[in-house]
Amino acid sequence: MSETSVVARRVRSSVSHVLLIVVAIAFLGPLVYAVSTSLKPADEVFTPTPHLFGSEIRWKNYADAFTFAPFGRYFLNSLLVAVAGTLVVVAASSMSAYAFARLKFRGREQLFVLFLGTLMVPQEVLIVPMYWLMQALGWVDSYWALILPWAFTAFGTFLLRQFFLTIPAELEEAARVDGCGPFGTFLRIMLPLARPAIAVLTVFTFISFWGSFLWPLIIINSVEDKGTVPLGLAQFVGQQGTQWNLMMAASIMAMLPTVLLVVLLQKHLVRGLLVTGLGGR
Amino acid sequence: MAAVNTTVAPTGTPPSRGDRAGRRPALRRDGRYASVFLTPSLGGLALFTLFPTAMALGISLFDWPVFGERTFQGFGNYSHLLHDPVFRRVVLNTVLFVVLYVPLNVVVSLGLAVWLGPQIRGRQVFRVLFFIPVMTPMVANVMVWRLLFQPGGLIDGGLQSWFGIDAPNFLGSSNWAMPAIVAMSIWQGFGYNFLVFSAAIDQVPQSQLESAQIDGAGPLQRFRYITWPMITPSMFFATTMTLITSFQVFAQPFILTQGGPGVATQTIVMYVYNQGWQFLQMGLASAAGWVLFVIIMGITAIQFVGQKRWVNYDV
Repeated sequence: MSETSVVARRVRSSVSHVLLIVVAIAFLGPLVYAVSTSLKPADEVFTPTPHLFGSEIRWKNYADAFTFAPFGRYFLNSLLVAVAGTLVVVAASSMSAYAFARLKFRGREQLFVLFLGTLMVPQEVLIVPMYWLMQALGWVDSYWALILPWAFTAFGTFLLRQFFLTIPAELEEAARVDGCGPFGTFLRIMLPLARPAIAVLTVFTFISFWGSFLWPLIIINSVEDKGTVPLGLAQFVGQQGTQWNLMMAASIMAMLPTVLLVVLLQKHLVRGLLVTGLGGR
Repeated sequence: MAAVNTTVAPTGTPPSRGDRAGRRPALRRDGRYASVFLTPSLGGLALFTLFPTAMALGISLFDWPVFGERTFQGFGNYSHLLHDPVFRRVVLNTVLFVVLYVPLNVVVSLGLAVWLGPQIRGRQVFRVLFFIPVMTPMVANVMVWRLLFQPGGLIDGGLQSWFGIDAPNFLGSSNWAMPAIVAMSIWQGFGYNFLVFSAAIDQVPQSQLESAQIDGAGPLQRFRYITWPMITPSMFFATTMTLITSFQVFAQPFILTQGGPGVATQTIVMYVYNQGWQFLQMGLASAAGWVLFVIIMGITAIQFVGQKRWVNYDV
């Protein structure tokens, strides 16, 4: 290879990297703007010329957001709903995944196809009858309604079943010989071995509960009491004199846990695509 | 499929006890355990998905106010939708969103995924970075963009002070509101497909690309004849998923424009929400939901039939 082509390649590579940094900065712009606004005094949010910093860096906005609206309550509610919902999802789907992956019973294939078939139904079709069902159960405006209706999706089952199928059967055989029944095998062999897949399911399910908006909007009437974070944020839309600096502080705080989880789980993002793409309820 | 293995792996249990005599009792015993293991999921899916799906169809055949008398309508709600100018507009708006959003999303995410090939240092950072808005709460993302589009916000202020241009009132203009919603949605959502495509491109053997280059193939030819055939399964997955989810668009117009100005950016899901929980007409809401379901099923079916022409599962 001639020397000029090596030089040309280096130049091209540098240009490429520089351009990418420009793209990254443009992409991050909205988030940087949100952080910058969240640290400004209220009367400096809209200035004729955009500034990155206001006359002071007001960290106090983050504390003020909690007194401006009951965001403490919203965060606790969201945490409760997301944790409880995730527990139900992981428990139910790991159990059924085990049955589909390892137990022999009649009609297994047909049942599995039925499971996958439920994935086709969009949430929007279900919300009307679900609301009626919640009325019938007396669950309107309750935590139950936030947690249970969307905690039984076939994604978790599908994801964990695929993982269970990769676990060598010999391990179970050994357990069986030692007198372990299906429950023991499931709890002591399969679940510990499936930890990576369960971690992925846990994180992505938590995040989808954390961000869910349409259903809480429908089912929660007493927002001050049972509202989740997205509901709390949306309360301010269209209000006169929105405190944008406080709103941005609250938005950033709503994003932080999910950003943290994405960074922690970065090696497993690809596996989470399925949970995110189809399970976003 | 390179990115995400959605194919159903064979269900065969690894051979355990090979003797034929032991098989029948095992089937019966396993069956008992299976019913225990399956009960939570099956019960939940039956109560919260199967039953409501059928119930939705039932409700859509009634005049079903939240309070008051319910009367059977037959297909009355559906014919009402057909003749409702608002619903027609809402379907058009949703289709417009899909037509703008899906191709742009695919072009941006595929373009960046190709650009950010294995030769780029720190590409994992970009994957994480672009994936962040996919995972952060949609409402929080939209709030940020609402401020961005606000008169006096960053876009308006930036255009005025740096270029001396008066920016339109994006969210209040019937010409600009939809493009604004699309732009916001692209920013929020492309990281998903970017990751799908990146994972697929990682599977393309570098040796093939290099030997093609030595044989004199340009970047476009290399993409067309080596990369593209290998990523078509991911392409199929990404376009199908993006189509389905984009028909369900709700939070972006709900918070950015409330469907306005007028009904210029109202979408099908917003219509379902408005009919059901603003006007308390559950029958109509349910019918609109079913129309959406049928549209989504139709699109998915077309995708699956069409894939034979361009999706290559052999490589």
